[in-house]
Amino acid sequence: MAETTITRTTLARAGIQTTEEILAPTPGVMMRRRVFGHFGLMFGAFVLLVIIFMALFANVISPHDAYDQQLGRKLIPPIWHDSPKTTWSHPLGTDHLGRDYLSRLYHGAQVSLLIGFSAMIISGLIGTVLGVMAGYFGGRVDMVVNFLITTRLSMPVILVALAVVSIVGSSLTVVIWVLGLLIWDRFAVVMRSATQQVRSLEFVTAAEALGCSHLRILLTEIAPNIMNHLIVVATLEMAHAILLEAALSFLGLGVQPPTPSWGLMISEAKGLMYFDPWLIAIPGVALFMLVLSINLVGDGLRDVTAPENRS
Amino acid sequence: MAIYALKRFGVAILVALTVSMITFSMVYISGDPAITIAGEGARIEDIENIRRYYGFDRPIIVQYFDWLWHAVQGDLGRSYGLRQPVADVIFERLPTTMLLGACAITFGLTLAIPLGVLAAVKPNSIFDRAALTLAVVGQAMPTFWFGLTLILVFGVMLRWLPITGQDSWWNFVMPAVALGYNVAPAVMRLTRAGMLEVLGSDYIRTARAKGLRPMTVLFKHALRNAVIPVVALAAVQFGFMLGGSIVIETIFQINGLGYLAWESIQRKDLPMMQAIVLILSIIYVVITFLADMLNAFLDPRIRVT
Repeated sequence: MAETTITRTTLARAGIQTTEEILAPTPGVMMRRRVFGHFGLMFGAFVLLVIIFMALFANVISPHDAYDQQLGRKLIPPIWHDSPKTTWSHPLGTDHLGRDYLSRLYHGAQVSLLIGFSAMIISGLIGTVLGVMAGYFGGRVDMVVNFLITTRLSMPVILVALAVVSIVGSSLTVVIWVLGLLIWDRFAVVMRSATQQVRSLEFVTAAEALGCSHLRILLTEIAPNIMNHLIVVATLEMAHAILLEAALSFLGLGVQPPTPSWGLMISEAKGLMYFDPWLIAIPGVALFMLVLSINLVGDGLRDVTAPENRS
Repeated sequence: MAIYALKRFGVAILVALTVSMITFSMVYISGDPAITIAGEGARIEDIENIRRYYGFDRPIIVQYFDWLWHAVQGDLGRSYGLRQPVADVIFERLPTTMLLGACAITFGLTLAIPLGVLAAVKPNSIFDRAALTLAVVGQAMPTFWFGLTLILVFGVMLRWLPITGQDSWWNFVMPAVALGYNVAPAVMRLTRAGMLEVLGSDYIRTARAKGLRPMTVLFKHALRNAVIPVVALAAVQFGFMLGGSIVIETIFQINGLGYLAWESIQRKDLPMMQAIVLILSIIYVVITFLADMLNAFLDPRIRVT
């Protein structure tokens, strides 16, 4: 008599779950474990939230008016310095015009996040539309988009941005638009290849066979499957835009004084850095932490949403 | 190979033409370049004079083709500020920027490729972690701030290196480091990923099974193939670097193309700005074209597609 062994596969085929499988973590639980177990993501998210908090409540938590100049109390060093001038009234000291450095730091966070976010949205819209169209329709459309990407990449970003800002005249809006119109290339490149990959999958063919319109396929079949790539690029490009804004402001063609921007704070302190290095160290570290945290969140999201990429 | 090269060359020419068009129209973004030069509160007669003097009164198409025709012949117009032919000034400054770029990319690659290889050979080891941390930190560091910090630490506090100028090789150390570390993260990641992929392939297993020494397998068989995509990336990054050198050159006061660009932007020297953007874009197009050719030569699969 042939003995029949009941394997797990047979059970699964019959729709019966073993206790082990019932007790196994659900996908939701596993996702949460991955998110909370990812050090980079958690650290980045924490720092980013702190900076966002600083920006949102800058007016409330600032100890002083960020624009208030008092030459009588200029260049007070930060509190950890061994100097009789330090005071808890200005924990991070004051700049060359006697403005409170901590308050300016908080308000600088607003500028960085505002420009980074807005430029990212503009470039994201342009790049995603171009990239998805290229990846979905292929052929001539793909050729044209590829050509646009190559052309865009061949033009030096900082130089073109500086030139355009100097011709148009610089303001917050101009900086946002110039950056937004310049940095869509990575969106287009990533969205194009992501769409190409998803497009060749069977469920897209199935949707086509069912007679779905292009728009419907793009929105209900393609979009959900390229969303994770989009979020990752969006974070990286936001960081990129923030660095570019800082560089423009540093060169004097970004945000204009007296608006506190971290790049501008470094620029204003450049001449004094030999005597008071903390003047460039503080906004520099802030900028570094912001970009680092956004990058960590982006990398972390990529690891968490794409399990096959995890090492 | 010839067909691929020809196709690729055609695209390069088209890109260069499009860039020239964009660069040319850059001047018209604000509306009237004559007003840009004259300044906001200028008299109407002055604006009229400037318009006629620089030929802005002609149709834009005519101006573009006139500009392009001269540009192809090497005449990029006269600088408003320096009263010299733009091309002469640019080619006088270009070698400095190229030298800086070459030093920077050399630094970036010698830092990134060994790290990438080490990280791939021992994944999840302490080397891998260190390389990854370096990549994450490197990507987040603002170039200009890094440059200033280098000046403070090595120039002012330790007094090891000269702060500004370009009199000796030592002057190029800090700028090259500041510019080159930017390239390292991307190159390192690509090297690591490429090495990981190659090391898992069949021919590496065969090479190991034949009893070749690990070093031979690693460098002769694996790295050679893993490094192919790095060639293209390095070319692209070199192009970006020439554009990004404007920040570094102003910080370290190196008299290259970047510094010239900054000066002419401040002076609103339109022909100079146009010419620098055009030249840098064309250098990028040429470099990426050459890199693609080199790639096609190294990796026959590329030629087919």
